[in-house]
Amino acid sequence: MDNMINITLLDREGVKHELKGPTDMNMNLMELCKAYELPVKGTCGGMALCSTCHVYVLSDHELHEQSEDEENILDQAFFVKDNSRLGCQLHLSDELEGLIVQLAPESEN
Amino acid sequence: MIQTDILIVGAGPVGLFTVFEAGLLKMRCHLVDSLPVPGGQLAEIYPKKPIYDIPGYPSILAGDLVDRLMEQIEPFKPGFTLGERAEKFEQLENGHFVLTTSKGTQIQAPVIAIAGGLGCFEPRKPPLENLERFEDKGIDYIIRDPEKYRNKRVVIAGGGDSALDWTIFLAEVASEVTLIHRRKDFRGAPDSVEKVHELAHSGRIDLLTDSQTTGLRGNGVLTDVVIDTKEKGEVVRPTDYFIPLFGLSPELGPLGSWGLNVDKNAIEVNTLDYSTNIPGVYAIGDINTYQGKLKLILCGFHEATLMCQSAFKRVNPDKKLSFKYTTVNGVNAF
Repeated sequence: MDNMINITLLDREGVKHELKGPTDMNMNLMELCKAYELPVKGTCGGMALCSTCHVYVLSDHELHEQSEDEENILDQAFFVKDNSRLGCQLHLSDELEGLIVQLAPESEN
Repeated sequence: MIQTDILIVGAGPVGLFTVFEAGLLKMRCHLVDSLPVPGGQLAEIYPKKPIYDIPGYPSILAGDLVDRLMEQIEPFKPGFTLGERAEKFEQLENGHFVLTTSKGTQIQAPVIAIAGGLGCFEPRKPPLENLERFEDKGIDYIIRDPEKYRNKRVVIAGGGDSALDWTIFLAEVASEVTLIHRRKDFRGAPDSVEKVHELAHSGRIDLLTDSQTTGLRGNGVLTDVVIDTKEKGEVVRPTDYFIPLFGLSPELGPLGSWGLNVDKNAIEVNTLDYSTNIPGVYAIGDINTYQGKLKLILCGFHEATLMCQSAFKRVNPDKKLSFKYTTVNGVNAF
């Protein structure tokens, strides 16, 4: 299909979800997860201000560098690894075709 | 006891605008918020971000919107109880509610409007085993009185401005300060970063970067923090206090146990007037949910406006409500 990419997402129980995301609707990965009713809170609404859409990138896609906002918030997040990203900062585009990500554990307050 | 017509829980944009709409109907308001300043998320999370969907403002900074709302509601002389969390409420025989805050302040009103946004901002807690066991027994998430740490050993974790600032401050007060940060670099204010490095260099503090807290030990009270460091492997640091400073995150908090119908951390309302399942208690703005809900400030303003019409009937059971335009009547200050 035109303007659609495929993303594989592993949830916190390790269950695999095959997601199809539109690249022409200015959507990001956090919003796509919410659209699929996956357990992603996205509390701040995508402003890179919370870390409830924290994911690990498992495939070797070349992603754009983290913005200062994203670095800042990942700095304060937990369970952070080298491949950590905020889902809300990954905008659905053709470059993400075949991306494989895993939801990071939720930090219970 | 403070008496008012509408008790508003949450002083974010929607809570503030409620004062205006209530004021037009000659109802007085009192606001309670756990944050020390009005504005909610706009003040706490993104004061410098522009908002583009406030009608009439092609772009307005969140902080400026709060200032404008404060100016708009000033004629109606709202009361504020800030820095106190709304804990619980009870209903009197006459149907009025009495709300009690975390500091024991009591406010009575015939109507409660919950404009709680994302909930209360609570310190983010690191995922560590036994964390809860040592809370207030060596673990503090908020520094209330720095004197508490005089001549004590303190371990601070975090890499943001508050971790840096408190490290610098406590270096003068505590007998021993250790700062743990997950990465090598700090993203705080350059001056603070430099000062922390100076303190580490001169031996006043112990700076452990590329390190993470992995365990807590103690017998009743905290005695040691276990730290995984890239350089020296596992380090066990004896300490009197462990202070994790990882910012704030919103939680529904006590509202969750008020007997309201809650779905996915949001309060269910009737879109006729944004009433909850408890007559006299309304929920407006980001904290409510209904079919088609959009978490937008502008939708919250609409909800507040309709809610006030319904609240009027509870506040003034014997009065008739007539709808008036501000262009006709103006704003009649209290």
